[in-house]
Amino acid sequence: MFAFIVRRVAQALLVMFIITREMVGVSVSVKEREALREKLGLNDPYLVQWARFTKNALQGDLGTSYFYRKPALDVILSKAPATLELVFVAQCIIVLISVPVGVYSACRPRSVLSRLFMGISIVGVSVPVFLTAIFMIYIFSVHLGWLPSFGRGNPVEIFPGWTSVLTTWSNFKHIILPSIALSSIMLPLFIRLIRAEMKEALETEYVKFARAKGLPEWRVVMVHAFKNTLLPVITVGGVQLGIMIAFTILTETVFQWQGMGFMFVEAVERADTALLVAYLIFVGAIFVAVNTVVDLIYGFVNPMVRIAGRK
Amino acid sequence: MQPLLDVSSLTVKFALRDTALTAVNDVSFTLSKGERLGLVGESGAGKSVTGFSILNLVSKPGFIAGGSVLFEGRDLTRADAETLRDIRGNRISMIFQDPMMTLNPVLTVGTQMIETIRAHKKVTRKEAEAIALDKLRKVYIPSPERRLTQYPHEFSGGMRQRIVIAIALLTSPSLIIADEPTTALDVTIQAEIMDLLLELCQSEDMGLILITHDLGVVSQVTQKIAVMYAMGDTASVVGAPLHPYTRGLLGALPQCADKADCGLETVAAPRARRRLNQIPGSMPSLSDVPRGCPFNNRCELCETVCTTTRPLLEKKSDGRLAACHMVA
Repeated sequence: MFAFIVRRVAQALLVMFIITREMVGVSVSVKEREALREKLGLNDPYLVQWARFTKNALQGDLGTSYFYRKPALDVILSKAPATLELVFVAQCIIVLISVPVGVYSACRPRSVLSRLFMGISIVGVSVPVFLTAIFMIYIFSVHLGWLPSFGRGNPVEIFPGWTSVLTTWSNFKHIILPSIALSSIMLPLFIRLIRAEMKEALETEYVKFARAKGLPEWRVVMVHAFKNTLLPVITVGGVQLGIMIAFTILTETVFQWQGMGFMFVEAVERADTALLVAYLIFVGAIFVAVNTVVDLIYGFVNPMVRIAGRK
Repeated sequence: MQPLLDVSSLTVKFALRDTALTAVNDVSFTLSKGERLGLVGESGAGKSVTGFSILNLVSKPGFIAGGSVLFEGRDLTRADAETLRDIRGNRISMIFQDPMMTLNPVLTVGTQMIETIRAHKKVTRKEAEAIALDKLRKVYIPSPERRLTQYPHEFSGGMRQRIVIAIALLTSPSLIIADEPTTALDVTIQAEIMDLLLELCQSEDMGLILITHDLGVVSQVTQKIAVMYAMGDTASVVGAPLHPYTRGLLGALPQCADKADCGLETVAAPRARRRLNQIPGSMPSLSDVPRGCPFNNRCELCETVCTTTRPLLEKKSDGRLAACHMVA
């Protein structure tokens, strides 16, 4: 198992190497190009640039934001908690709803409720996030006035550098609409994925054998069938989690959510290249980290992966 | 004495969009305690469906359309879910065809054994583990303690089938239904598994329904045989088959090719090259079963009556059962 973990981490580092390589030398504004190129060292040979960038990056220096006049990483880290909380809440919504709904509609494919779920999920997966978001703002904020339409309220610092909206109800109200909007694309996808995989698992011989062994139905469904369903769901889920972190750009823009996605859009408007590069590397790192964790979890669920790692 | 299992007029259908196909039509047989029955027929004859319907485990869209399955006096076709669950894996165990598919790949062998015991008996994990180890020894799995913690993919096909058999034994059932237990295995392993199954049935006094298309295996293991059209005890069916279909099946065996009435003592000894007898044609599609006797379009003895009236299963002159107008 240890060798397996080491190998996965090594592969993850390799991917990070390639990401950093890709990110060097993105163009700066036309006007000051020459002076800036010299000042920023962009006229240096490619490998020298890369070595310098990597050396700085490894020391935690991803460059300086032109707009904020602060280290880019600091800017990102100050925005990250908002995004991560948003993704976390959205992910909770997805897991809590997709598992029971997916399992139910696989077990009772012909019931009215299952058909209803499938119908809604088609709509959910087809409507873009910004439309869902605007509709929800119209209904719940403008029309009913139940929930705030933008911002994070007054986040409380739960520990240094991490401000949270999860601790009080008045703050938590701010995250409800954005997190639902963010999950609106992934949730139907997961429901359909779990349903499809679960249906397949329920048809297998080992599920039939589990029934022939006289096991209680809940054990047949939740242990024998569902544990096998988890393998593809974890794989897809990992990739989707990464995509969702990127998707926050849309959601955060609509809800004026002060997270990384919102920052990214602002940085694009301000041509803040250093911040953009730093952001992409940071998101790349999250992607790689998530995928590595997913691979490790996969190894725990699928016994055959562990064997392969042991060899 | 009341038989252990009494299947009578069992009919299983598969619901299609607007019709229902009959996969098993009016099947009847009985089994006493400790008796071994072979269920034989071509692919698609409904052998497996019959096996599964005993435990009321026919997969959708199949359903039991008629008849009864009396097990220890209870009709399983009408039993509620809880009664069925209590009988499945407890009083009647099943062994499936392909051991590669039967065991759950993500659960250890130990988990899959212990959950079976604990679904039926109030025992602690430790006690359940002791039972599991005992049964693994019975099927000759070496170092069972270590094996309990392993996953199915760490076993060979033959080993997996042994484990499936061990799982079937866990609760000391009075009947085992084995659905082609050796078809998916190596020829060399096949005999081993059959011997093991026979040995265990004899030592534990368990009934066995062996579903197979291999008449050679049936003649060695079982005392009675039910062919999908005819029925009798093993020795007399193989020795002197009654129903034309059974004769056809036996005639198609290489070792019996020269005379349809041979017993199986003449096994092996490759004979001079000659064509095997074969039953002409193939099984009718379920949506297109001929009127009258379902075998009539392939039968050498077919007469007018066969195309109009379905023959009933009845006692023939020597006490065996056959559903055929043409044999006495």
